[in-house]
Amino acid sequence: MSDPGAIAAHPSHVAHEVHHEELGFWRKYVFSTDHKVIGIQYAVTGLLFLLFGFSLMMLMRWQLAYPGVPLPLLGQLLGDARMPGGTMLPEFYNELGAMHGTIMVFLGVVPLAVGGFGNFVLPLQIGAPDMAFPKINMVSYWCLFLGGITMLGSFVIPAGGAAQSGWTSYVPLSDIAGSGQTWWLIGMIFLITSSLLGALNFITTTIQLRAKGLTFMRFPFFCWAQFVTAFLLLLAFPPLEAAGVMQLMDRVAGTSFFLPSGLVVSGQALTNAGGGNPLLWQHLFWFLAHPEVYVLILPGMGIVAEIIANNTRKPLWGYRSMVYSLIFLGFMSFIVWAHHMFMTGMGTTMAAFFQTTTMIISIPSVVILTALIMSLWGGSIRFNTPMLFAVAFLPMFGIGGLTGLPLGLNIADIPLHDTYYVIAHFHYVVAPGTIFALMAGIYYWYPKATGRMMNETLGKIHFAGSLVCMNVVFMPMFIIGLAGVSRRLFDAGTAYNFAQPTMHWNAVSSWGAWTLALFQLPFIFNFFWSIWKGEKVGENPWDATTIEWSAPSPPPHGNFLGTPEAYRGPYEYSVPGAARDFVPQYEA
Amino acid sequence: MDIPYTVEVRRDTGLTNGKIGIWLFLASEVMLFGALFASYILIRTGAPSWPRGDTMLNVPLATVNTIVLISSSVTMVMAWASLMRGRFETFRLYMGGTILFGLAFLVIKYFEYSAHFHEGAFPSTNNFLAIYYTLTGLHGLHVLGGMAVNAYFWGPGAKLWKTNPVWFTNRVEHAGLFWHFVDLVWIFLFPTLYLL
Repeated sequence: MSDPGAIAAHPSHVAHEVHHEELGFWRKYVFSTDHKVIGIQYAVTGLLFLLFGFSLMMLMRWQLAYPGVPLPLLGQLLGDARMPGGTMLPEFYNELGAMHGTIMVFLGVVPLAVGGFGNFVLPLQIGAPDMAFPKINMVSYWCLFLGGITMLGSFVIPAGGAAQSGWTSYVPLSDIAGSGQTWWLIGMIFLITSSLLGALNFITTTIQLRAKGLTFMRFPFFCWAQFVTAFLLLLAFPPLEAAGVMQLMDRVAGTSFFLPSGLVVSGQALTNAGGGNPLLWQHLFWFLAHPEVYVLILPGMGIVAEIIANNTRKPLWGYRSMVYSLIFLGFMSFIVWAHHMFMTGMGTTMAAFFQTTTMIISIPSVVILTALIMSLWGGSIRFNTPMLFAVAFLPMFGIGGLTGLPLGLNIADIPLHDTYYVIAHFHYVVAPGTIFALMAGIYYWYPKATGRMMNETLGKIHFAGSLVCMNVVFMPMFIIGLAGVSRRLFDAGTAYNFAQPTMHWNAVSSWGAWTLALFQLPFIFNFFWSIWKGEKVGENPWDATTIEWSAPSPPPHGNFLGTPEAYRGPYEYSVPGAARDFVPQYEA
Repeated sequence: MDIPYTVEVRRDTGLTNGKIGIWLFLASEVMLFGALFASYILIRTGAPSWPRGDTMLNVPLATVNTIVLISSSVTMVMAWASLMRGRFETFRLYMGGTILFGLAFLVIKYFEYSAHFHEGAFPSTNNFLAIYYTLTGLHGLHVLGGMAVNAYFWGPGAKLWKTNPVWFTNRVEHAGLFWHFVDLVWIFLFPTLYLL
């Protein structure tokens, strides 16, 4: 080894040189192992599914605004099996409802927030050349892709169409539903596999590939958010996988895991062995799906924290409290799931336990939100498009969070359960909450991904229209829900007297949704136009401090020109005595 | 471009990427089987009557299978230990043994299953058999997956030994961790399903 000639002739050195050879089209853009390409694949897939899931909802909104009225033009195209003469069948409405939820959560928001932003930004932000397991990363994307294809395919299978039992797929209904449900389960197994592979990759990358000097308390808040999210995905998804396997067994092998004895369907006694437990499904489902709520929101909080620090030109207020809250929130999210099940007849002791943990978990969320609001205090705020979306996130998420408190209390949940109030509550969290944060993130990191800015004017039109329309869509649902209207009625409650006084709000909400769609057009145009025509910018257009801004825009394969190193905390803005109003983490 | 810490350990964590990755994967596996065991408990405690495992299942065959699987774990450790000592041929021998033990386990399982089917005991018959087939079936798939990985390292994957022996040894160790986990699941399955 001491012979210098031997080192020079070392085969790995030669292999290293060969590695920089130009990859072909397929390896570079389709089956790529580069985290940035995979991140963009995830993000684009997520955005397309968000659009698709939104379209399903726009169809449903027609039926809710004008129950039984034939839908002009489009209604004819969807065929007699779904909309004979343009009038929506209840079965088709149920398909749309189940698939809207499934697609928005598992194929829209999670792929964009975790797969997209996590893959693209996290390795750059911690100064890593790539993810720890690039090939597993690629497999993870293609599992998601297969899951998406399976879900989409279920709409057009000859018998029965897509799943109709709600995104929660409650048993025994889903056990005895049409074949679309089997497709749903197979699709979910692909999506779960994808999430698991992604999660272990994120955690390993974060722990192992941090740049020199980047200790955990020097992490940008976004990294912390992705790190905690990955643990939730890793540990909460397998129980749903187990439940999915059991439901698949019920449907395919005729077992009775979720079918109780003596079940009668349409006047016919089922011949199954029976003895199953329908509540078991709910427990396993919500054991995933409550942590999943935090999977939906934490990456959004991470994005908002980055953008607020950058555009107020001051450090985050209470960074450490935010981090500790985040970790506490992650732990607590595993012991609140049964607050989704107050109506199942659980005992008061159980209900008391779960409502207590639910009240406790609201504290760290409020700490984070308060810290973000306090961060605005005294800042010289730049109101660019990412910042507008990030600032709007705060009150929108606040409305969503606060309206959730009555649902977490057993006694208040009983009248509100399964009404439009619930829909309004969690959509405020996820739609003008998380999706606004994701939009903010797209505008913010777009120049890093493409080397060009998105158009500000179009961005502001997109923002203003979306903010107004989101509220027009969801605010009426609080009113409808408080009147007691169930969320699952395909005719919006036409048959019920108590639903009549609030019926007209459905049309308001629907027109809000369709207008919201129009206001996404500037975004879609902007997204593509800016790839070629956007203003060219350098590596750090926002004068930001975190490590991703030291890489060229767009970063090459391997990301950084040198080896990045962290010398200080993530948000050293407006440091007294410094030459500029920001001191990057990566500058000595 | 090379990913750091695939072969050498990171100083402050003392671990390679692969080691963390496999332990995280096993953590998710614990949650998967944990959920199924929890379901077993819930369904059993809710049932008016529940058969004792030994009245429905073949305990002697399962005992043999337990011994087979524990033996395979021993040969797996020996395979890794051989690599640590730089003895590639002994590795091949022990790894081959591990694969054969895995195969023997599946063959015995196949005889058990076909005997049940012959008696008309299907997953749909009752919930005891439902959870039995689901748990052992899923475990069987894990055995099959582990065998595929082991076969890869026995066969085509072994050429890494010539270029990067440390990395190869690490990868065999990670495959071993998975294999021991699959063994451990069976150690829990055997008394739960066959004896209780």
